[in-house]
Amino acid sequence: MERSRRNFLKISGICLLGLGVKPVVHALAKNEQPQILPGPDAMTAKRWAMVVDTKKCVDDCRDCIDACHQTHNVPDFGNPKDEIKWIWHEYYGHAFPGQEHEYEAEEIERKPFMVLCNHCDNPPCVRVCPVQATWKRSDGIVMMDYHRCIGCRCCMAACPYGSRSFNWRDPRPYIKETNPEYPTRTKGVAEKCTFCVERLAVGLMPACVEACKHGALVFGALDEPDSPIREILRSNFTLRRKPELGTRPQVYYIV
Amino acid sequence: MLEKALTGSKKYWSWITLLLILIGIGFGCYLYQLSRGLTITGMGRDISWGLYIAQFTFLVGVAASAVMVVLPYYLHNYKAFGKITVLGEFLAVSAVTMCLLFVLADLGNIKRMFFLLLYPTPNSIMFWDMIVLNIYLLLNIVIAWNTLAAERKGVPPPAWLKPLIYLSIPWAVSIHTVTAFLYAGLPGRHLWLTAILAVRFLGSAFAAGPALLVILCLIVRRISKFDPGKEAIQNLGRIVTYALLISIFFVALEFFTAYYSKVPGHIHGLQYLFFGLEGHAKLVPWMRVATVLAIIAAILLVNPNTRKNETILGFACAATFISLWIEKGIGLVLAGFVPNPLEKIVEYTPTAPELLITLGIWATGFLILTVLYKIAVSVKEEVAA
Amino acid sequence: MYDGGKIVVGLVVFIGVVTFPLWYRQASGEALRAPEPKIVTDAKECVAPTDYMRASHQAMLNEWRDLVVRDGMRVYVAFNGQEHEMSLSNTCMKCHPNKVEFCDQCHNYIGVVPYCWDCHIEPKESN
Repeated sequence: MERSRRNFLKISGICLLGLGVKPVVHALAKNEQPQILPGPDAMTAKRWAMVVDTKKCVDDCRDCIDACHQTHNVPDFGNPKDEIKWIWHEYYGHAFPGQEHEYEAEEIERKPFMVLCNHCDNPPCVRVCPVQATWKRSDGIVMMDYHRCIGCRCCMAACPYGSRSFNWRDPRPYIKETNPEYPTRTKGVAEKCTFCVERLAVGLMPACVEACKHGALVFGALDEPDSPIREILRSNFTLRRKPELGTRPQVYYIV
Repeated sequence: MLEKALTGSKKYWSWITLLLILIGIGFGCYLYQLSRGLTITGMGRDISWGLYIAQFTFLVGVAASAVMVVLPYYLHNYKAFGKITVLGEFLAVSAVTMCLLFVLADLGNIKRMFFLLLYPTPNSIMFWDMIVLNIYLLLNIVIAWNTLAAERKGVPPPAWLKPLIYLSIPWAVSIHTVTAFLYAGLPGRHLWLTAILAVRFLGSAFAAGPALLVILCLIVRRISKFDPGKEAIQNLGRIVTYALLISIFFVALEFFTAYYSKVPGHIHGLQYLFFGLEGHAKLVPWMRVATVLAIIAAILLVNPNTRKNETILGFACAATFISLWIEKGIGLVLAGFVPNPLEKIVEYTPTAPELLITLGIWATGFLILTVLYKIAVSVKEEVAA
Repeated sequence: MYDGGKIVVGLVVFIGVVTFPLWYRQASGEALRAPEPKIVTDAKECVAPTDYMRASHQAMLNEWRDLVVRDGMRVYVAFNGQEHEMSLSNTCMKCHPNKVEFCDQCHNYIGVVPYCWDCHIEPKESN
């Protein structure tokens, strides 16, 4: 073979490639592959959903909010601009804009409506995310990967429910009691309710549902015809927020 | 050819120094933003995009408008634009660079910016915007640099450049269309959820971009020996006229649909911008100024007597540029968030560091523009001599 | 060569600046001390053999992260049949609770600052 500079470069290139392949071969050669499993107690469903029974909701009760925000290390900055919230209370006219009218029953006007991520069947936030930092799981939960998020905030512009929050600043100093079992977030990433995937994975109900003493929050599998949530949906008139947008929200409200 | 940018008059160097100082201040503020987070801006959970993304949107238009000189020259062989195509293309280069910088300044996690390439996501408009903008930048650098180099040597531009030039024409349209899609496909943001948003963007872009180009041509003629030509400037003026009128028409269309249909969501954004919504009217003075400027510019541009006077034309172009900058570079993006999805009204005021970062990025754009124009003009002077 | 002197001086300055971290470390004597990570644990075996963990723990953590967050998988059956929850805070740091002695020793030495701890909470023992 002619020993030219060109050939030398070619051969060195191939050799370098070989070095790159080494770890791959190494990995393939391992005969004892460790196994990966979902948790043994994990609760599974084809479609998770929630019903909020506003009739059972008690004014000034914050049990679900506190439980959620403590479990997930949600900070409290004390200002509305930077505010982060996963589940919170809105009045009827804000939860269902356009539905309210002047002669509303006083009870409806006063009632707290718990709002959270709707875990849409057709989530706009997922559609717009440029790095797949948010996606819909096979059980319908709209999940968030804080390791992936680049902080472009397309999801915030896309969500028609205002359910997404952004870490405008480092949240750590503003978390009163940190739950060491769950990570905090870092500045510059978006976050929201995840229907407590980390609790479902070990067989626990979402923190808000568990915390509600009045049974106002019901969580369950829509795909099981006999599940309590299906029974509630069968026997009650329910509303969803902004159904006209075609997002198919999966949080239902009994008014 | 780069060496042309290294020799210049005292004025040239003081201008460069001024820009470098602004860039330095902006960069310092950016480092502050990097350490504290985006909390130092006026953005918040309700107005989650602010000045950065608004500037980005406006400047994509300025970049796209290069097509208004490239298309007549290369497709219709309109010779008068031959002298200024390179000016249009270099303007596009600096505008796209500013766009990219504004997106980067807006990212919460700049360290992860290459995730955009690492995890390509075709369903995301942001992903496509990143692709079309970068390719447009590359196209314009390659085209302008090679035509200019050929001109300097007194030879025709290389043949392989032609397909790229033809490609750059639809590509210019694509960058602004894709940018409009960032907004026009979001459910529940009524001000943006309109099918004419992309053409509205193009309309205002083809007014604002050429208006800036007219001003730049007038400046170039005053400070150098290169004359872009009366005819070229006049025809740019005509393009600005048509595009401005079309832009005003498009806004009127939005008003008709909103106010005749009386659908609250459609009315809210426009009402907030032009009249104020439930006592919140921070943008109203701005929009009033924009309206007045647009009307003045339209009158001066439509009337051939005033348009033909280059001083008045320059003034009308400045009015056009400022008016559309307010409309798109402030109003449209911010008002899209008002009212918020829960029908509450939160207003936005940019902070000092945010303004300085914005100014720093504009200065970066103008630095690139100055250097590129210096090269182009020096080459043109050299060829003419 | 035009301006040869200037070019040579420029090159020398450039090389000096680029290699600054190397000779600065040498001069300060820090580099001479090898890291001494301490493994304080009651557990007999880790989730993989020690030499694998030493070389590839970062790859494994990345893999675990994606499996847990993105695929909803939580349990890792190790080479010895032991089952572990794939969790930095709740598995790794339960056996290696002292971040300063265990992680930081080497990471500081080679100047690698992983962003794990921006979000994950380090065990109290570290402080």
